[in-house]
Amino acid sequence: MGRTLAEKVWDAHVVRRAEGEPDLLYIDLHLVHEVTSPQAFDGLRLAGRAVRRPDLTLATEDHNVPTDALVISDPVSRTQVETLRRNCEEFGVRLLPMGDAGQGIVHVIGPQLGVTQPGATIVCGDSHTSTHGAFGALAFGIGTSEVEHVLATQTLPLVRPRTMAVTVEGALQPGVSAKDLVLALIAQVGTGGGQGHVVEYRGEAVRALSMEARMTVCNMSIEWGARAGMIAPDETTYAYLQGRPHAPQGEEWDAAVAHWDSLRTDDDAVFDREVVLDASAVTPFVTWGTNPGQGVALGEAVPDPQALPAGTEREAAERALAYMGLTAGTPMREVAVDTVFLGSCTNGRMEDLRAAADVVRGRRVADGVRAMVVPGSMLVKLQAEQEGLHEVFTDAGFEWRNAGCSMCLGMNPDTLAPGERSASTSNRNFEGRQGRGGRTHLVSPEVAAATAVAGHLAAPADLSDARTLQEA
Amino acid sequence: MDAFTTHTGTAVPLRRSDVDTDQIIPSDWLKRVERTGFGAGLFSQWREDPDFVLHRHPGATVLLAGKDFGTGSSREHAVWALQDHGFRAVISPRFADIFRSNALKGGLLPVQLPEDVVERLMAAVEADASTPVTVDLEAREVRSGDVVAPFALDDFTRWRLMEGLDDIGLTLRHEPDIAAYEQRRPAFLPTTR
Repeated sequence: MGRTLAEKVWDAHVVRRAEGEPDLLYIDLHLVHEVTSPQAFDGLRLAGRAVRRPDLTLATEDHNVPTDALVISDPVSRTQVETLRRNCEEFGVRLLPMGDAGQGIVHVIGPQLGVTQPGATIVCGDSHTSTHGAFGALAFGIGTSEVEHVLATQTLPLVRPRTMAVTVEGALQPGVSAKDLVLALIAQVGTGGGQGHVVEYRGEAVRALSMEARMTVCNMSIEWGARAGMIAPDETTYAYLQGRPHAPQGEEWDAAVAHWDSLRTDDDAVFDREVVLDASAVTPFVTWGTNPGQGVALGEAVPDPQALPAGTEREAAERALAYMGLTAGTPMREVAVDTVFLGSCTNGRMEDLRAAADVVRGRRVADGVRAMVVPGSMLVKLQAEQEGLHEVFTDAGFEWRNAGCSMCLGMNPDTLAPGERSASTSNRNFEGRQGRGGRTHLVSPEVAAATAVAGHLAAPADLSDARTLQEA
Repeated sequence: MDAFTTHTGTAVPLRRSDVDTDQIIPSDWLKRVERTGFGAGLFSQWREDPDFVLHRHPGATVLLAGKDFGTGSSREHAVWALQDHGFRAVISPRFADIFRSNALKGGLLPVQLPEDVVERLMAAVEADASTPVTVDLEAREVRSGDVVAPFALDDFTRWRLMEGLDDIGLTLRHEPDIAAYEQRRPAFLPTTR
């Protein structure tokens, strides 16, 4: 019987297999950041162990860093970043620190450097490591004990996950993005829908996605519980990779492509589960609640918890509406926001910035709305500035920042105040995620940009109407 | 890691689904570089509510929770916070994968039981907070009152937990296998240098 893409990558990395034990899997790339690594390095020191493969390990500073200055004023954050610097020095790990031209969100810099490659096993102490699966890598988040394990052994003992296919048929309509697609998927399958599975996204609509859009989809795999998300490599993947600093060159490129071409799910392979989605039915999508599965189309209203079956689901919806300060039946387009955040490992890349800039060009951020753009990496920032996008944003009233995780997670100065409401291109709308008491609506870059201009949740198509009305 | 064989204690009925790791330990706490002292941050926002269920069950060591416990971030700090507070086991109809893996590394037992069994346990604990709940890893069974519920856990992980063994030490016994694998990795694979 044939094998799936995930199974092929898994099998190629088995160091040791024994009956009744987890497989010992080799890790090709270990990405490290300041938050989930200090206790792991401490563990190495206590046991007198070294980092086995510093040459397969790469660190950066992203979660704690301020995006409006190069000085960390919070002493606790500063200690954590300084601890990473000391650990990287002591253990010989390459670090891209704050202020370096290569610094950025860990899941943005891997692909841009070309160290993220098809068929690789990639881990990081961060759940959004699933992003790298867009290249046909098997990439997943791990905890700090596993970070220590990989540092010490370059392997992980793992039980082989089940496989799932998400086939997206048809084509996305103009104005509908990869973010809308994945938010609609999560609303359909629920936050635990992918639990225990490695998911392969396939089908016509997935093949048509750009590399960056594929990263957006794979990034959100963890938000519906999948262990990892993958997309088979193709010409789009190779075109993105070729010429990047760590991509193979010359004969090695040819050898690599020959291998990558074999990384397709066989026609007779069987997935443990399959989900089918119609891309043409997806419209701009937003969340109303406090988990990423609580979402509706922008054209719909805040749902009524009483319409749900009694029990935990209804209680969760009631609690979410109370936290979010929303009333059932309110059209989503009437929800006014205080803040718009464009950035994160989900939507902080060039195409995201370009799409948003196209919407705000020649327009103004609505009065009373704070809007900020935080590029996913310093290279993204540089490229955007070369294209003049920073001026489009600042002319419209957006703040233009340095790279970092920023307002995605409330670990740095960029946070919401209690009760503040945001439209955010990030990945989690959990209670307090963007700051204590903050209320988050997850949206695409296009919706974020239109919302900044309108002052309430809106799609770009809504703006031309609004403009015509004002002119009339 | 402390060995886990069997544990009996009182329980907290946390009737919420999708308890994400940002709720278990908010991100502000993640700035710390230590591995201990996270108990005070456990559910810190919810604990500000004097009616929060945790306050009504002091000394409890088993957490009963709704479906999809531990979703979201990979932060192992969530496990450390639960352990530091005194929990030895969490019982839920379904766990997020990374949380479950982190818990098993640290010796906090994640026990998956059918929704109706969790409901019966919650009802029993809500009726009488002193109801003891036994999590028996050796027998792979949860017992409380008239509830006797088997749970699944693979033999290897069970053995490792019962012996309190360090995963890294186990893996390093296979160092020659790792070295041999490294010899056959393709030349085109990247390094980070």
